Amino acid sequence: MIDLVIIPLFKIAVVLNGVLVSVTFMVLLERKVIAWAQSRLGPMRVGPWGVLQAIVDPIKLILKEDITPTKADKWMFTLAPILSLVPALVVFSVVPFGGDALFYITDINVGLLFIISVTSIGVYGIILAGWASNSKYPLLASLRAAAQLISYEIAVTMTLVSVILTAGTLSMVGIVEAQQETGFWFGFVQPVAFVLVFIGGLAETNRIPFDLPEAEQELTGGFHTEYSGMRFALFFLAEYANMIVIAAVVTALFWGGWLRPFPSVDALFPSVGALSFLNLAFLDLIPSWVWFFGKMFVFLYLFIWIRATLPRYRYDQLMRIGWKVLIPIALANIVVTAVVKVWLL
Amino acid sequence: MVETIVFYTLSALILGLGVAVITTPNTVHSVLFLVMNFLCVAVIYVVLEAEFLAVIQVLVYAGGIVVLYLFVVMLVNLKRDPEAHQDPRRLSLVGLALAGAVLLELAGIVVYSYSREPSAPVAAAAASPVQGNVEQIGWLLYTDYLIPFEVASVLLLVAMVGAIVLAKREL
Repeated sequence: MIDLVIIPLFKIAVVLNGVLVSVTFMVLLERKVIAWAQSRLGPMRVGPWGVLQAIVDPIKLILKEDITPTKADKWMFTLAPILSLVPALVVFSVVPFGGDALFYITDINVGLLFIISVTSIGVYGIILAGWASNSKYPLLASLRAAAQLISYEIAVTMTLVSVILTAGTLSMVGIVEAQQETGFWFGFVQPVAFVLVFIGGLAETNRIPFDLPEAEQELTGGFHTEYSGMRFALFFLAEYANMIVIAAVVTALFWGGWLRPFPSVDALFPSVGALSFLNLAFLDLIPSWVWFFGKMFVFLYLFIWIRATLPRYRYDQLMRIGWKVLIPIALANIVVTAVVKVWLL
Repeated sequence: MVETIVFYTLSALILGLGVAVITTPNTVHSVLFLVMNFLCVAVIYVVLEAEFLAVIQVLVYAGGIVVLYLFVVMLVNLKRDPEAHQDPRRLSLVGLALAGAVLLELAGIVVYSYSREPSAPVAAAAASPVQGNVEQIGWLLYTDYLIPFEVASVLLLVAMVGAIVLAKREL
């Protein structure tokens, strides 16, 4: 009873709250980092250096009036934000935040496929939001978003196949353990796959430079133009939760998950032992989840950094990158990985 | 016991959702009922301990194919009923005949599968040298069922080429 019900429920509660709280602070971090990149100060009024802005923003969103357009499809209009947030949160059930069974909710033998398939459900939220609003711009934006998500999902899924080939398992914990056994993080074994998944992740979370579904200048805000108050906040939450998902998946698949860095300094220079004087065992003292969150933070920061730096692609450029660049490279990567795996190892 | 209850609940849900798919006047709602239907089928796979199939069901059907349905439904204006639906009785005989044929086929499958030993795939899966869902499916696909597997992939390739030829008349 305790093992099957209470402990999982407790873990789920902790993870959900952790995700939602970190989303609010992600928004603050994003505003701050972009402000620094543009020589501004960012939010400064609420609390010291504007830290409490993270708490005030959600309160503002909850208190705002919740409007449903008269011509909207009421049911779908309510369902859409829920449909986009729930898959983003469900994915966290198989993310391994640490090496011990205490630090992940569950580990299933099709973990990675589970993540891919659940995130593919999220596109319904976006399509339905645009359709149910019964308004031009949201509809256009949702069509763009759906086309973009489907195109980049194919590229990302194909790329992940090569990671699965390298690891020999679909379980998220198993993939991290495979990196421990080989001694090399898959980011070094599969650099091309890492870049592809990261670019695909940017596109799937509708971030700059792929934020065409939300292009303010052309679409007045995108598929959630007609939303206000808490329902708008759900879309917001979903987008940032998806960013955290991408960061977590990239961390687990390519950068060793909860493993400490430099697992194989001696393996790099076996004959010389040049670095053996560097005793890195003290790194083991740091708990595994700290490494995981540290690595995740790097990628979340990278997301924000890219947003502050790059301009937006045109729509034809976006589709060309997805179909004519990413997918062929992903296919080639699968072939190369399979050949190396079968004949050279 | 629990599995039986879950199975019958899900079966009732699937049937109900299937009826909803064909009776809902709004096409977008109908497509969404179809998604829910596919998700319930995925849960049945989980109950049968076929996690791989369940996840693929969600990924391919709910996450891929139905999204394209929804795309088409949203792009084509279906607010007005198509002409063929004006006379509801016109196609009902053909429909009845088709439904009867499907029912017969399903009944045949049920009788056939009860009348003999565990079917070939089940026996083969039990005998395969690998453990685990994904591994067993992969093993069977690349040993006993290699030719059907390759034929299916060629079929998909043909469909893809056909779609490209239809879309781009002059290449």
